[in-house]
Amino acid sequence: MSLNTTSSLQPSADRLLRSASLLCALIAASLLLWILLFLTQASWPLLQKPAGLMSANWHPSSGEFGLQAMLGASLLSSLLALLLAVPAGLLVSLWMIFYAPAYLARPYSAMIGLMASIPSVVYGLWGLVVLVPLLNQWVPPGASVLAAGLVLALMILPLLVVQADTTLRVAANRHLAPALSLGVSQWSVIRRVLIPASWPRLWPSILLQLGRALGETMAVMMVAGNVVQWPMTPFEPVRTLTANIALEMSYATGSHLEALYVSGLLLLILALLLMGLARIYGSRT
Amino acid sequence: MTMSKLSICLTLIAAALLAGCGKEQTQTITLSGSSTIAPLMVDIGKRFEAGHPGIRVDVQAGGTSRGIQDARSGLAAIGMASRSLDTNESDLTPYLIAKDGIAMIVHRGNSLNDISSEQVVNLYTRKVGDWRELGATPGPVVLVHKAEGHSTLELFLKYFKLNNDEIKPDLVIGDNQQGIKSVAGNPLAIGYVSIGSAEYEAQHGEAIKLLSLDGKQASTEALLDGRYPLTRDLNLVIRGNPSASVKALLEFAQSTEVADLVAEHYFIVATKR
Repeated sequence: MSLNTTSSLQPSADRLLRSASLLCALIAASLLLWILLFLTQASWPLLQKPAGLMSANWHPSSGEFGLQAMLGASLLSSLLALLLAVPAGLLVSLWMIFYAPAYLARPYSAMIGLMASIPSVVYGLWGLVVLVPLLNQWVPPGASVLAAGLVLALMILPLLVVQADTTLRVAANRHLAPALSLGVSQWSVIRRVLIPASWPRLWPSILLQLGRALGETMAVMMVAGNVVQWPMTPFEPVRTLTANIALEMSYATGSHLEALYVSGLLLLILALLLMGLARIYGSRT
Repeated sequence: MTMSKLSICLTLIAAALLAGCGKEQTQTITLSGSSTIAPLMVDIGKRFEAGHPGIRVDVQAGGTSRGIQDARSGLAAIGMASRSLDTNESDLTPYLIAKDGIAMIVHRGNSLNDISSEQVVNLYTRKVGDWRELGATPGPVVLVHKAEGHSTLELFLKYFKLNNDEIKPDLVIGDNQQGIKSVAGNPLAIGYVSIGSAEYEAQHGEAIKLLSLDGKQASTEALLDGRYPLTRDLNLVIRGNPSASVKALLEFAQSTEVADLVAEHYFIVATKR
């Protein structure tokens, strides 16, 4: 109460805060616009001939800059990661809320929080020295779409669990007791009530994680094998758009460099589309 | 107490700034040429600038032939050439700053110890796909290759007279470390990395083995003696007599003061230091 009166008695402080926050908001927005403009401008000469960019052949030294296979690889590895991480994440958070004894659930959720803060390059390193050799014993060469999907899944899992946990707890607080009092089994409540009720909130967070997976660079570069091709099986190596930029940026010049800027632009547009979708679904609640 | 310390600091900073202003004219030394040497010279240049206030080192990458051209035309004071000079380039004076070399590596468990140039070409063009055909433990060969644009790739392709389009690798890597880790984790893999880092990692417990090439042992020592063939010279070239500051930079680039930078860029310090 007293806080309220003092601040309303100091209109100058109020105005300062307002203009400071407005300034920051404007700076953030114009930075995004600037990046978009810069990428478009830098890739403009190549964007004039989109046919070459659509092909699957990436041979910079002979002037072929097809991004198709790499776009495919980015989408495939990220979708594979979602396919692995979403069901697992939901099950883990359900276990934490409904089935884990309290003395386990607390340290477990702390551990998930810790997992979320591990830098992705550490997951990549683990993938490179542990996962890839393991997969190699099964089907060589080991570095593959599958390895990339697994590492990405591991990377996005913790945040998925954290977000699912929050959403499901809110739904459980609201619906669990009434539903149980109607004599419905716990499993039915989870399946018929809680998950449908929290789905509109889960969906945007899944899309956000998809965005993270698409943008991940180092971890994927370390385990995906980086060969430009459409994989025929999950065991074949691929190169994602982000890995391509990281691999070749420091040495590229001329059209080659422009092609890398096009990859960047493509990634930014994909990310913006995903954010847009997430917002649309988010606003429905 | 703290206030007085602060004021002393401020006075010192002001004095330093004024002293900097005193020597107004800055001199720029321009280098141009090989994109292999450019990153190294950027680092060497930074250290040189720190010791020589008033001199700025400007490094531009554009390929060895441009470096030769610019050194001749005087567009650059120093040209960077990632090879030895030809006989028709005797108007220029080379200053060897480092050597670049690559080693073929396999997993330590691989029974192969020696590989011929022909075998390397056959492997990388997929004419040979199984280790059995090289007399090693049978299994499909996993080819580790470098991403386009790296100097190691350039040297590899040039030495084995390969065209990058005919190579169908299983694994494409960025830097040497990733290549070494990939080969160390895969008993079926073969790759090539900078010889300096391969030797260092093999001695420090990574599960890799450096293969002799055409019977010539792969080591930095053999490379420096001229016994190992897969190598090239990294030269700074100038035309005529250098000015005092250019001479200082050339000497600095050859001195032991930058040996750590040379090693950092996975090159080998030339012998005559």
